[in-house]
Amino acid sequence: MDFAANLTLSALGQQILVGLSRTTILFIVASGLSLVLGVLRIPNLAHGSLYMIGAFVTYSVAMALGGGAFGFWLALIVAPVLVAAVSFAVERGIFRHLYDREHLMLLLFTFSLTLVFNDMVKLIWGADYRSLSPPEVLKGFVTIFGLPFPRYNLFLLMLGPVVALGLWWLTNRTKIGKIARAAAVDREMVGAVGINVSRVFSSVFVIGCFLAGLGGALVAPTQNITQGMDHAIIIETFLIIIVGGLGNIWGALLGALIFGLTDSVGILICPQFAIVFPYAAVVTVLLVRPKGLLKSTW
Amino acid sequence: MLKVEGIHVYYGLSHILFEVSLEVHPGEVVCLLGRNGAGKSTTMRGIMGLNPPRQGKVLFEDQDLSGKKPFEIARLGLGYVPDDRRVFADLTVAENLDIVEGVSKRKPQWTRDRLFEFFPPLAPIAHRKAGLLSGGEQQMLTIARALMTNPKLLLLDEPTEGLAPLVVKTLEEQISSLKEAGLTVLLAEQNQKMALRLSDRAYVIDNGSIRYHGTIQELRENDEVRRKYLLV
Ligand SMILES: Nc1ncnc2c1ncn2[C@@H]1O[C@H](COP(=O)(O)OP(=O)(O)O)[C@@H](O)[C@H]1O
Ligand SMILES: [Mg+2]
Repeated sequence: MDFAANLTLSALGQQILVGLSRTTILFIVASGLSLVLGVLRIPNLAHGSLYMIGAFVTYSVAMALGGGAFGFWLALIVAPVLVAAVSFAVERGIFRHLYDREHLMLLLFTFSLTLVFNDMVKLIWGADYRSLSPPEVLKGFVTIFGLPFPRYNLFLLMLGPVVALGLWWLTNRTKIGKIARAAAVDREMVGAVGINVSRVFSSVFVIGCFLAGLGGALVAPTQNITQGMDHAIIIETFLIIIVGGLGNIWGALLGALIFGLTDSVGILICPQFAIVFPYAAVVTVLLVRPKGLLKSTW
Repeated sequence: MLKVEGIHVYYGLSHILFEVSLEVHPGEVVCLLGRNGAGKSTTMRGIMGLNPPRQGKVLFEDQDLSGKKPFEIARLGLGYVPDDRRVFADLTVAENLDIVEGVSKRKPQWTRDRLFEFFPPLAPIAHRKAGLLSGGEQQMLTIARALMTNPKLLLLDEPTEGLAPLVVKTLEEQISSLKEAGLTVLLAEQNQKMALRLSDRAYVIDNGSIRYHGTIQELRENDEVRRKYLLV
């Protein structure tokens, strides 16, 4: 094999790994969005804002603790928990009183939340972007396929299956998960057998928002933390869950894989038009399967 | 035990039930007979708070159910078996029962294992998805699920609808042994034969109003009512 071919192959392998690590973030955020959509039947437009808040909080907590490894790991826990706490307050304070209202009201409410959250972020963090470096152990590169691969991406890559397994366990092995699956299909009947559906909704909403916060925390060291990062992610994750099948967590995984891989392989093939690839993939899938790849709960 | 006092129930703007009153005493099986569309299911939904009555009220053990949510009503001891069964199709048989476990704070009479003994056909399919069951199996599961809430009164809405005669017979025996075990039942039926065999008293509903009530013996002897409001 000549050198050039060898390089291309290993470059492809490397881009696939990059794509897979990006997939982890997309999957975490998209699965939270899908969970809320599937069970509460509300497309939470503020999901992206919560992701952005997660990233900013991670930055602030890590910096407040000296910018070292300890601060980073603590921030990785604090940020999603804080995002979950905020969403809990919003759900119990306002959102739950709207469940009986028409769908459009709920949608508008989540839209108004994006405006409030965005202003909040502006107020607290200003308009400047931030950047955060990963902790020492995850800095630098390892050599894979003869090419340098960022350690932090490797960390993300390994985290993906852990989160997927955790979500599988949550939805299939815990009582709240089973109730959530039942409520996704027939919430009235869940109430009629004595289960407080409103409490279930609250838990699912908080878990979904936690995942948005976790995604934001994990993405923080890989890109600039800026106003506007909420827009990008909400568009991507909506496309992902539409492709995968609304409300289906495995669909979110599949969609994230498609999106992450086409994005990174696209960069290799045609860097100027790389952004076109994931969208082209989405359109192709939807032409063939308009309801998404896996069974939708809608 | 259950007192329905002059309830009016609507679906949106359509007024369906007019001044419906009925009563069920502890240990009784009372049937609510009527043709398709007479208002049997709507009565059940009104009692469960799924379509809360706009006038009149429902009392359960002297407690006014007005303003209570369906889950609160279920926890007070009303088990609901809807006419369209509505098993949680994506969940397994066992999971359908598990998620209901512990919703009532009363001392549990029914556990999953006891229910599998009571409905033997469910035991071997415990890990099958409920959506894949036959009609008869789904009906047993819905009743089992309602029993899992440890109800004092069971609202059974057309349990035999669309089932094969052999399955109907099995179900009838099961309902009859529930009665012997002391469970109180309000049974909505079009199937007069079975309902009359199982019940102590009957109400006849037509066009959203109660047209008749009496003992089973009285109804058997009243050909006019049966001809007018029921399929004979
Ligand atoms: N969801 C609904 N919306 C509007 N009307 C309904 C609805 N469900 C039932 N109805 C109407 O209410 C009446 C009573 O229906 P129902 O209580 O289901 O009768 P039954 O159970 O005795 O067959 C019927 O005329 C039916 O068309
Ligand atoms: Mg009916």
